[in-house]
Formats: sequence, C-alpha cells, structure tokens
Amino acid sequence: MSEQGDTTTLTARLLERAAPKRADFEDLVIVPLFAVVVALILGGVAMLATNVDLETIGRSYVALAYGSVGSINALSETITAATPLILAGLGVALGFRAGLFNIGAEGQILMGGMAAVVVGFSFTGLPMLVHLPLALLAGIVAGALYAAIAGWIRAATGAHEVILTIMLNMISYRLVDYMLRMPAIQRPGRSDPISSSVLPSAELPRLLEWIGPNLRLHSGVFLMLAAVLFVYWLLFKSTIGFEFRASGESPEAARFAGMRSGLIIVLVMALGGALAGLAGANQVLGVLGRASSGFSAGIGFDALAVALLGRSHPFGVVVAGLLFGALEAGGRQMQVDAGVSIDLIGIIQSLIILFIAAPLVVRALFPWGFRKAAPASKE
Amino acid sequence: MEIELRGITKRFGEVVANSDVNLTIRAGEVLGLLGENGAGKSTLMNVLSGLYRPDGGEILIDGKPVQFRGPGDAIRAGIGMVHQHFMLVPVFTVAENVVLGVEPTGPVDFLDLKKARAQVREINETYGLEVDPDEFIENLPVGVQQRVEIIKVLFRSANAIIFDEPTAVLTPQEVTEFFAIVKSLRSAGKAIVFITHKLHEILEVADRISVLREGRIVGEGVPGKTTDLELAEMMVGRPVSFNVAKKPFSPGPVLLDVQHLTVLRENDAVAVNDLSLNVRAGEIVGIAGVQGNGQSELVEALAGVRRVAGGSVMFQGKDITGASARDRHRLGMAHIPEDRQRTGIIAAFTVAENMVLDTYYDSRFSHGLAMDWQAVNQNSAAAAAAFDVRTPSVFEKAGHLSGGNQQKLVVARELNRDTKLLIAAQPTRGLDVGSIEYIHKRIVDAREEGDGILIVSSELDEIMSLCDRILVMFKGRVVAEFGAAGRPANKNDIGLAMAGVAA
Ligand SMILES: Nc1ncnc2c1ncn2[C@@H]1O[C@H](COP(=O)(O)OP(=O)(O)OP(=O)(O)O)[C@@H](O)[C@H]1O
Ligand SMILES: [Mg+2]
Repeated sequence: MSEQGDTTTLTARLLERAAPKRADFEDLVIVPLFAVVVALILGGVAMLATNVDLETIGRSYVALAYGSVGSINALSETITAATPLILAGLGVALGFRAGLFNIGAEGQILMGGMAAVVVGFSFTGLPMLVHLPLALLAGIVAGALYAAIAGWIRAATGAHEVILTIMLNMISYRLVDYMLRMPAIQRPGRSDPISSSVLPSAELPRLLEWIGPNLRLHSGVFLMLAAVLFVYWLLFKSTIGFEFRASGESPEAARFAGMRSGLIIVLVMALGGALAGLAGANQVLGVLGRASSGFSAGIGFDALAVALLGRSHPFGVVVAGLLFGALEAGGRQMQVDAGVSIDLIGIIQSLIILFIAAPLVVRALFPWGFRKAAPASKE
Repeated sequence: MEIELRGITKRFGEVVANSDVNLTIRAGEVLGLLGENGAGKSTLMNVLSGLYRPDGGEILIDGKPVQFRGPGDAIRAGIGMVHQHFMLVPVFTVAENVVLGVEPTGPVDFLDLKKARAQVREINETYGLEVDPDEFIENLPVGVQQRVEIIKVLFRSANAIIFDEPTAVLTPQEVTEFFAIVKSLRSAGKAIVFITHKLHEILEVADRISVLREGRIVGEGVPGKTTDLELAEMMVGRPVSFNVAKKPFSPGPVLLDVQHLTVLRENDAVAVNDLSLNVRAGEIVGIAGVQGNGQSELVEALAGVRRVAGGSVMFQGKDITGASARDRHRLGMAHIPEDRQRTGIIAAFTVAENMVLDTYYDSRFSHGLAMDWQAVNQNSAAAAAAFDVRTPSVFEKAGHLSGGNQQKLVVARELNRDTKLLIAAQPTRGLDVGSIEYIHKRIVDAREEGDGILIVSSELDEIMSLCDRILVMFKGRVVAEFGAAGRPANKNDIGLAMAGVAA
C-alpha cells in the first residue's frame, strides 16, 4: 500500500518541469542580442575605416532606426520586407530541424513566384475569393515540387542536398529567364524578360491604404502568421514533427525506431519548398505585381540567415525575420539620408550571423553578460 | 604520488551528483569505485580529470591543492582518463592517434611520426600492451582500441589513470588481458581508479574499494574480506539476489522461426551464414558467442534494420523477411538495441520523448497527427518510476542521464508495452546489480506471460542464469545448443564452443 503511494508521488515528481535554466536564456536571448549590438558597432568601425566621418556615421544609424521603426511607413516597410523572409526562413528552419541543409529556398521562391504569377494573370473573370487562393496554391505547390526533386534524389541516391539545392537554384534562375520570354508569359510589347501583370483579383489586398496610399503592407502578413503557427504545431505538437526532429538529431536512432528516413526527407523538403514557394507568391501577388528576372532578390539566402539566427524555432524565425526586415527597410533610408551604401547593411547582417554562429566569441567579448562557469551558489 | 579529493560537491541544476566526497588515490594501488547507476561515479571522475569544475571542495596532489581549468591541466598534473566511449580517429593509425594533440615535431615544424612510433613501441614493451603502432584504428577489435586509449594516457606521462567501466564492452578473454595490463601498471607505480558494475572484477583487481550512493561515499570494502553480497547491499541499500527465480520450462508454439538466414556486413562480408533458429512462446533463448561473430547483424536483421541477403524469417506464421522495423513493432516485436548511445536513445530529446520513440504513433500517444503530450508524459513518468530510471523529471534531456540510466530508459521503453517477442542485445550492459535483478525479473515475467525472448549477451553468467536454451554463435553460424533438448548448460563447454572448438 505504502509502496503504491511512493510510486504515485514519484510519478508526480517526475512530471514537474524544472524552471528554465539560465543557460537557455543566455543562449536564446543574450547571445543574439549581443551579436546584434557588436555587429552594429563593427559596422560603424567599417565605415570609419572607409573614411566616413563620425557625423555621417551617427546620421546613418539615426536613419537606420528611423527607416525601420520611426514611422507608420517605416513599420509597414519593415513588416513587408520581413514577411517573405519569415516564410522562407520557416522552410529552411524546418529543414535544419530534420538535419537537412536546404540551401534551395531561392530557387523555390522563384518557382513558386512564377507559378503564382502565371495563375495570377491567366485566369480572367474569376472572383477574388477563388483566384487569390488558387494563385497562392500554385505558388505553394510549385515550390514544394521543386524542392521535392532535391529531396527525392537525396533519398534515392544519397547525393547531398546542399549540392542538389544549389544546382536547382542555378537552374531556376535560367528557367525563370527562359519562361519570362515565352510568348504566353512575357508582357506584350516588351523585349526584356518580364511577365504580364497579376490581375487585381489575384492580388494580396493592401491593409493600410486607408491611412496612406503608399503604405505597402499587405495581407500576406496573415499568411505568414498562419504559417508560423502551423510550423510550430507541426514541429512540436504533431507526430510528423516528432519524426522530423528525431531524424535531425539522430538519423540512426530514428531508423531503429522504425521511422522511414526516405519519406521524411522528401516530406521535409517538400514542406520547406511549399513555404518558400508561398514566400515567392507573397512577393509577386503582394508587392511586385509581376515577375522579372531574379525577382527573388536574395530572399532565399537571407532566409538561411534568418533560420540560423532564429535557432530554427518558428518564433525565433519571426524575431529574426523582423530584424532583417528592419535592417533592410532602415538600410534604404540610410542610403537616402546619409548616402551610405546599402552594402553596409549586408556587412552588418553577415556580422550578426558570424557572432551567432560563434557564441564563444560573444561570450569572450562580454564576460559579464554570462554566468561564471562554476557557480558557488544554487540558482 | 597521492591524490586526495576533499569535500567534492558537484551539482547539475537541482541534481546533486556528488556531495562532500572524500577519496584518496595512491601510487601503486588500484582503487575500485562502485555505485549504483546515477550514483555519481562518472561525474566524480570527470571532476578529477578536469572535465567538470566542482562546486565545492578541493583536489590535492601530494598535499598541494590544485585547480584544473580543463582536461589539459589534469593531464599536465599527471591524471589521465580512459572514457567508456573511446575517442579515437578511425582512419588514423595507432601512432597517429596516440600523438594527436601532442605531436612530437622535428626541427622544422613537421610531424615526427618515426619518433612517435618508437615511443609507442617503448610503452608497449614496458607494460606488455602488444599494439602495432602502424595499424589503423578501424581494423582493431574493441579490446585493442582500449589499449590504444591506455597508450594515449601513458604517452602523456600520466601517473594516475582512471578507467570508467572499461570492461563493459570487452569479451571475457579481453577482460583477462585487461587485468594483466592493470596489474603491470600498478607494479609500475601508477595510481589507478577502476569503475565497474561487476563485483567479481573489482574483487579480483582492486586493492581498496569505495562505494558511492546518491553522490556520497557510503562505505569501503577490502577484497578478500568483503563479499560480493555485502558490496551489493552497500551499493543498493538493500539485499540483492543474484539468482533468477523461474517457473519450470513449458514452452508454447513457435513464435519466431528463422530459416537459412544470411546477412551481410557493410563490406559485403558474410556476417550471418545460413543460420536457422526458433523461439517459442514462454521461452528465453540466449545467444552466446565472442563479439563479432554475427550476433549484432543477426539482431539487426531480425529487428528489420538490416537487409536480409537470404533465407526467411517467420513471426507467428507470417513471413516478415522483408518487413520494415515499424511493421515488426506493430506485430508485437520489441527490440533493445546493442548501442544505446547511437541507436537506442536520442541524447538531445527528453526522457519523455525517448520513452515513446518507437510508439509515438500509437493511439495512446497521438490522435491522428496530433501528439498527446499529456499522455506521453504521464506514461513516461510511470515507466521511469517502475524501472527506476533516475532522472530529475521526464523533461530532462536523455543525454544528461548517467550511462546506466540511459540503458534503463531503453529497456523500460521496450518492456513497458504489450509485445509478444523481445529481441534484446546486451540488455543489462552498464547496469548496477539492483537494476539487473529488476530487469531480469521483468524478462522472466514476460516469459511467464507467454512471450518469447531472444537475448544476445556477452555475459555468460547472465545467459546461463536466465535462458531456457542457449545457442552458441561462431563465425555466423549456430555451432552448439545447450539446455532443453540439447546438452545441459555447462560454462566450460559453452566457452569451448564459443572458441569454435566444439563439434
Ligand atoms: N551533464 C549533466 N547534466 C545534468 N545532469 C547530469 C549530467 N551528468 C550527470 N548528471 C546527473 O548526475 C547524476 C550522476 O551521474 P553519473 O553519470 O556520475 O552516474 P554514474 O555513477 O556514472 O552512473 P552509471 O553507473 O549509470 O554510469 C545522475 O543523476 C545524472 O542524471
Ligand atoms: Mg557512469
């Protein structure tokens, strides 16, 4: 009888969650925070080293802040820039979680965007309620299929997905250029590679036009939020996510547990491609209104950084995406106000990634931000 | 050299792994360290070898307090550790592995391998190690790899050597050779710490014995005076029985029927050669044999994680030769894999997640695509409690558990569901006597319920005490059968068959 009671209390004790550890907090918050600060400082140093005077440097950073969060327009720009980064970043993060390095977001964005554009201008007379979802779906499916190619080859032959997705990126650039010159797609009367315009019935409606006609924030942001919640649910609340994470952490243990690695690889790649494809559709249907050569504009590569910075966690990806969106929007302002090249933003972004990837450097630079190795007292 | 640990305390968050431990290690002496799973043995030795910094207490070498900021400091102070999981580069030669990190260089900065080889040979001769410095690690059996680890430590001129469960992965023959090495190290004046769960081993080589329980030293023993039963009680805190009580053997119908099975290794060499066996309901069949005679491949093939090259496997009359691992799970087969670290658990997953690693799709733990974490956690807590998996909570990362508790986690997962056939490879590797007693009881319970059990173990004692029927594997074939219909089990005969001598 008493033994019964003992096991009951033991079971209850085993179900108690420990308070989050200080180390987790350091990892998730302090390291990225310091990484951003150090990168901004080093960005200033880089400007100094290239003979920019202190006053201009000061002005640049003011412009950076103003252009990213200083006005409604700035916020709108930041979120507009962040939305595709977060979408594609989620796709990359999904891959990271499953141990796959999907470098192919760029190509998947292009394919998804192309499909969305084609559907977006081809079907006339459809109501928006049908046309817009159809165009979005086309983007999702095209991205998923394109990425699934890499997944399938990887699963079937063991060829490395990094190489495969890089190659598929190359192919997608040329493929898009080729398609943009096809009579069915190219805008009538143009000789350069540019598509017809998406019909209004397939456009993602703008949200803030009632405040100002130039506010570009569009309803893609809701798609993005839905995607974040979906990926969170998928990774942490579903059986599929359990399999993804297991294969990512230990492919052998996952295999011994009866998980089918080939299927998982294809599925992860397809889902990642779907998200990147949605990012592409979001761009053409919400911002660009058409497709042109290289309209992905490197979002697929920034998405890698966003996933990395966000620790492959959906919520982390949102934060990282917003940061990168802010840097981009602010960077444009910086160029206008202070005449500093937008390349500087690229440098700062790269530095952030560098410091995230090397947390030890951050720890060494800011020893007081972190707990000592062997604390004398209990937390 | 005398090393003194004084009042060592080490915590991991809420867990107190070592609490005010005092211990002395002397030159020319073997200190045996005993303790149940999770008692804090590995942690204590990691403190001594500079891997962990203690939260309290100090280390004194020859009376002088020392502070280790990392393993490098400990090595410079003459303390080396041979970890249970070897840290060798498989594609390097012995000599290259030995000098890795402390490469002797010539006048211009080039690697002086000739010197390294000579030094390895010298160490070989001094301690009778017999390792070819030019052989590649991947070609060496486990026992020899362990000697390479010993050479590594000696090469760094260690005066104190810590062995953390060195015999867990060795064959009986290799254990004997290992003891000879330990003895020659002792007579050369080295101080040695030896951790094991096998009481007879510690009684054989240790000069003094210390017992840890729940992070504290709870007793000392003297070989020759203290008996294994006394030591076991000291470790676990209650009397332990080494005998397994079983009902008489009354097997049911054949559950698993393997005919002419052939399985290949990665390099296409034949691992299992035209092997036939069967396991009946209510029967425990043991497979004895020197490691590397195809047992691992046989188990993997039966579990569906290695391809079958020929022959057939029937389970309850159904042909499952080509069935996937998942199919076999669903049919009611459980599998305890041999290498818990690589294939049994996922270190970065929580205890709860690991507890459902191969059952998460079951309707108890998920509905459609949605995991029912509540149910998973409840079930894991109950299983962890039943199998005495020592963990602060089911949300702890499995990688933070002690080695033995990781093993108990795997065993709990596989035994805690309703299966008809259990295939277990080294089910009690690294477990303390108390846990072994419990696991054996659960296995016997399963047999009484009419389950079939196939056990592969390098522990002859385990096989002999547990099994109804013993098959000896040699070079991929069953070369002898003992018990039940065959000859009565006899340790000597089994040993001979394992060496390939018997008829
Ligand atoms: N890195 C870690 N993080 C958190 N807890 C840990 C860590 N390492 C060990 N522990 C805890 O400290 C305790 C002692 O573990 P340790 O590995 O020293 O046990 P052990 O005596 O070596 O056991 P075994 O015989 O099973 O190997 C255990 O409760 C374990 O869960
Ligand atoms: Mg241990």
